[in-house]
Amino acid sequence: MQPILEVKNLVKKYKQVVAVDGVSFALAPGVCFGLLGPNGAGKTTTIEVVEDVIPPTAGEIFYKGAARTSSFREEVGIQFQSTALLNFMTVRETLETFQSFFNTTAALDELVKLCQLAEFLNQYNDRISGGQRQRFLLALALINRPELLFLDEPSTGLDPQARRNLWDLIRKIKAEGKTIILTTHYMEEAQYLCDEVAIMDYGRIIAQGSPDALIRRYSRGKTVVIPVDRLAPIPEGFPLPVRMVKDNVEIKTDDVNQCLEQLINHGVELSDITVRSPNLETVFLNLTGRKLRE
Amino acid sequence: MSFKRLWAILKARNLEFFRDRSAFGWNFLFPFLLVAGFAIIFGGKTYTEYKVGVFPSASEQVSIERLNIPQRFKEMNYLKFLGFPDAAQGLEKLKHHRIDFLLQTGNEPHQYWVSDSSPKGYVVEQMFKASLIPPEGEPNAEKKEIQGLAIRYIDWLFPGILAMNMMFSALWGVGYVVVRYRKNGVLKRLKVTPLTAFEYITAQAISRIFLLMFTLVIVWTGCDLIFSFRVQGSYIDLFVIFFLGSLSLTALGLVLASRGTSEEFTTGILNFISWPMMFLSEVWFSLEGAPGWVKSFAKIFPLTHMLTAARKIMHDAAGLIDVGPQIMILSLMTLAFLTLGAALFSWNK
Repeated sequence: MQPILEVKNLVKKYKQVVAVDGVSFALAPGVCFGLLGPNGAGKTTTIEVVEDVIPPTAGEIFYKGAARTSSFREEVGIQFQSTALLNFMTVRETLETFQSFFNTTAALDELVKLCQLAEFLNQYNDRISGGQRQRFLLALALINRPELLFLDEPSTGLDPQARRNLWDLIRKIKAEGKTIILTTHYMEEAQYLCDEVAIMDYGRIIAQGSPDALIRRYSRGKTVVIPVDRLAPIPEGFPLPVRMVKDNVEIKTDDVNQCLEQLINHGVELSDITVRSPNLETVFLNLTGRKLRE
Repeated sequence: MSFKRLWAILKARNLEFFRDRSAFGWNFLFPFLLVAGFAIIFGGKTYTEYKVGVFPSASEQVSIERLNIPQRFKEMNYLKFLGFPDAAQGLEKLKHHRIDFLLQTGNEPHQYWVSDSSPKGYVVEQMFKASLIPPEGEPNAEKKEIQGLAIRYIDWLFPGILAMNMMFSALWGVGYVVVRYRKNGVLKRLKVTPLTAFEYITAQAISRIFLLMFTLVIVWTGCDLIFSFRVQGSYIDLFVIFFLGSLSLTALGLVLASRGTSEEFTTGILNFISWPMMFLSEVWFSLEGAPGWVKSFAKIFPLTHMLTAARKIMHDAAGLIDVGPQIMILSLMTLAFLTLGAALFSWNK
């Protein structure tokens, strides 16, 4: 199947600083693709070059197999990480204004329902809460029924409840068959929403694949966490490697059953233990030696 | 070009202007307050007041009738007498140009002090000397009256204030606002829509010209009800000149708006352009008698040509043909500014 978007060897330099260094990826239609990485990894620069906001230093970008033309802006929806809108306009008026810019448009009622805008539709666009604003900006990005949707850090700054609502909304949009490319530094967000993830660091993609495949490849095993008072002192001859992390003892193992058996054999009380599966955070840690939000 | 997109952004910009109550109100209030202020201060006339210090005097306020100074000097116009207890205090004021002339009261021979570097002091000195000449010694000269209606200062000043308001509104309302929009990301958001730069700047220009003309009509009507301005020429011709002027000033605003994301820098540039334009375009005072290079330099400003044409129509009953050179210059300036603004325009830098 022809990719809806293909990026080849993208480079973006600002004088001596290389913000994006040879990034390549291709998106099959209908997937949700995530660029995951810490702040300053080059995610936003990459997405803005692809959106045609800033020019690339080198590299090629193909939309539906060809170089982007003026119709690209008619067919894609974009939500920036931070944006301001025309002042002294209500949410409805702003939507109507943006509707006028495009040839193909979504019905306002449909967007209002999908993005739950009804309760603040007649309020000025700068007098709404953070969660409302993100839903409104998403509605603006959807105003032209885009085939390809760009979301740059869509849930940054939202409280957990608002973030969860936004994720559900993005999942609904994805279920409509739209292709989504999003940037995030929340591994939970990437894991929850994305079919495929590219992990970026210092302007490069250091790993790419589905979240499960990345975890399987770069972060094997599980972690058994035991409160320190349940295991202290560590029994002599305990066969598994342990390490102290704050008030817990962590044991990394490929075989949880065997680990638990050993703990029982050494008389450890198991009622307060936690078994933690690896996630994309662990993948990033294993790949770079740093945490995503360090 | 899509008229649907142009109309949408034009409507949005106008809504913003009309809903921003404080800015909207100030646009009307500011010129009205200026005109009213000048009308009150000058009582509808223009004159230069000369300050004459007299000593000894117990208080600053002096009774002119009781002053022991030449009678004819007391009767002269445009002189304001201020009292000082002694010469030292009067000289201190004279040194700092707070007064133009210092005179000791008493009988002849009169003693006076004047600063050699003060033009106003020189004029008062000549007035004082003239007041000492006995009536029979006056030179033989015949005074002739000016024919027709005299132009009141307020009539001369009013188009200047209106034009100045238009200048500030055009430069700041386009230049500053677009730079602010570029800085806070509004332009970036618009860039990723099919809206073109040409549609955007055209909408900005049309919106501002509409607002300028709307403000002009409201302020003119309001001020005219109070001050009854005398317009010798045609109101339509006057409107055409103000329209052309607002077009060129708005186009200049678009040049300033074409680049930049720093509001501070743009403020500096706007001040750098608007202040010399305000002082050299004869908004407040005539450049008659100014050095030739100053007069030539003033011609680079569209405001100069707009005001020259407007005053000719208002005061000399000139028609559009009479102000043809100004119309041509304003049109050429508009074209040049629009071309430059469109060529330089950037959505995000």
